[in-house]
Amino acid sequence: MAEREQIKKQAPPRQETEEVEEIPAGSKRGEELKAELDDLLDEIDEVLEDNAEEFVKSYVQKGGQ
Amino acid sequence: MAIAKVLGMETEYGIIVRGAGEPNPIAASSALINAYVASLARRIEWDFQDESPARDARGFVRESQLAPEVETHLVNAVLTNGARYYVDHAHPEYSGPECSNAWEAVLYDKAGEAILARSVEAATHMLAPGQQVSAYKNNSDGKGNSYGSHENYLMDRSVPFSRIVQHAIPHFVTRQIYTGAGKVGTEAAGTEGVDFQITQRADFFEEEVGLETTLKRPIVNTRDEPHCDAQKYRRLHVILGDANLSEVANLLKVGTTAIVLAMIEDDWFARHGRDYMLATPVRSMRQVSYDLSLARPLALANGRQMTALEIQWEHLDLARKYAEDVGLDAVGGEEVGKDVLRRWEEVLTGLESEPMSLANKLDWVAKYRMVSGYRERHGLGWRDPKLLAMDLQYHDVRPERSLYTRAGMARLLRPEDVERAMTEPPTTTRAYFRGRCLQRWPQAIAAANWDSLVFDLGHDPLRRVPMMEPLRGTAAHVDELLARCNTPAELLEQLGS
Repeated sequence: MAEREQIKKQAPPRQETEEVEEIPAGSKRGEELKAELDDLLDEIDEVLEDNAEEFVKSYVQKGGQ
Repeated sequence: MAIAKVLGMETEYGIIVRGAGEPNPIAASSALINAYVASLARRIEWDFQDESPARDARGFVRESQLAPEVETHLVNAVLTNGARYYVDHAHPEYSGPECSNAWEAVLYDKAGEAILARSVEAATHMLAPGQQVSAYKNNSDGKGNSYGSHENYLMDRSVPFSRIVQHAIPHFVTRQIYTGAGKVGTEAAGTEGVDFQITQRADFFEEEVGLETTLKRPIVNTRDEPHCDAQKYRRLHVILGDANLSEVANLLKVGTTAIVLAMIEDDWFARHGRDYMLATPVRSMRQVSYDLSLARPLALANGRQMTALEIQWEHLDLARKYAEDVGLDAVGGEEVGKDVLRRWEEVLTGLESEPMSLANKLDWVAKYRMVSGYRERHGLGWRDPKLLAMDLQYHDVRPERSLYTRAGMARLLRPEDVERAMTEPPTTTRAYFRGRCLQRWPQAIAAANWDSLVFDLGHDPLRRVPMMEPLRGTAAHVDELLARCNTPAELLEQLGS
């Protein structure tokens, strides 16, 4: 029901932009950044396609603009 | 005075089905879109059971039962958010609704990503066991095939096209330093030494001006298909941009371009004696993309040498003057215009001092940081399939697979707004009328185009409602009218069509 009411309501203007999670540039020290990157690279190992070679080979996109 | 820069973005997504036999991208794209439409229909049926005639629901259900393997007719759906979702060539394409400012355009482009993600989820249930489908918001397969991400801007027909070409090309070529989505390697002949470049698209452009979009692609596309009053308007079709996942990069891509185009309409460059036309724009486009140092100067037609960054700084400087003297009404108002100017400066400052400080703002920097970090950790060569896989996977629309979602990028949009924009139209353009009519009377609409709606009331001839003015049909114009009408017949009577 909530969704139905929402659809019927007039959409408010979408003029507001909110910063979520924005990190001011230059606010972090080199070590922090490196630790962050290390965590990210660990995570990439977990989600990277199992057979990278086969995946890359199969990714063919013809007929685009 | 510059006219309102109504704008919209359209993206062709890459698509693959793994675990299937011979790839059939057209069938896969159709299946994706049908699965999404069917999933929506089920939701509507569930939500509106007491209001909606059962035959509508059955119609949609029938559609969803089409086997994806044999479904090869080109699907073309118009969504209630005013967007068009269809199969273009061999790709699913989401063409966002007309928007009145850059914030809105970024919101509706992001809603498109969410729609693709939901489509993949819905289509997955229809596939044979062991098969896997996904879509990618990028522009290249890494093997010499490219697919587009286009921007469209409303322009005053009376502005000479040659002036647009003269002053838009330098911006298009140099804005790449923040709009690029990054790419491992290169796909242009004779550039084998490039390990990583700033953009996905630069390798594929061969002309300065032309009509083509699939071969010999031009920096300025001359397609003249305004989808509105052709006497008054032109729709500038910009085909050289990268598809951005970064909200900041996407905002800057359309935000700075809308401002520059408004400046061109007001002849701002000539009035200030400025001309940044490049001596060899196509070569410059690649040079900018290949130069991660951002330091190599470009040759201007007038004999000067300037870096892309310097040209961008001067554009920003001129844009600031424009904002002070003329104002920012043409790009949707002071608030959004000033936000774009502020971020433009912030990003140019970052690129000048330490590009890596923008790893949470720009796609190419985020991708470069991940890929080069991974390469160093594992001692890999630049041609290693793992790095190429990372490049593709940055753009995977499935959040659980996407590397973009793991990059810690700055977000400008609230998730609930994105969710809403999947089904609700923008309120400030004719997309509002299109979307609202589709929400209320889907069974009465025989066809929906950018510039018209065609109603079928079952007895009389089809009735066409033209929408030739992109800024008419907004919530302010039609909400009261729509509230007064209980049936499409009443609406047509009130409209006098």
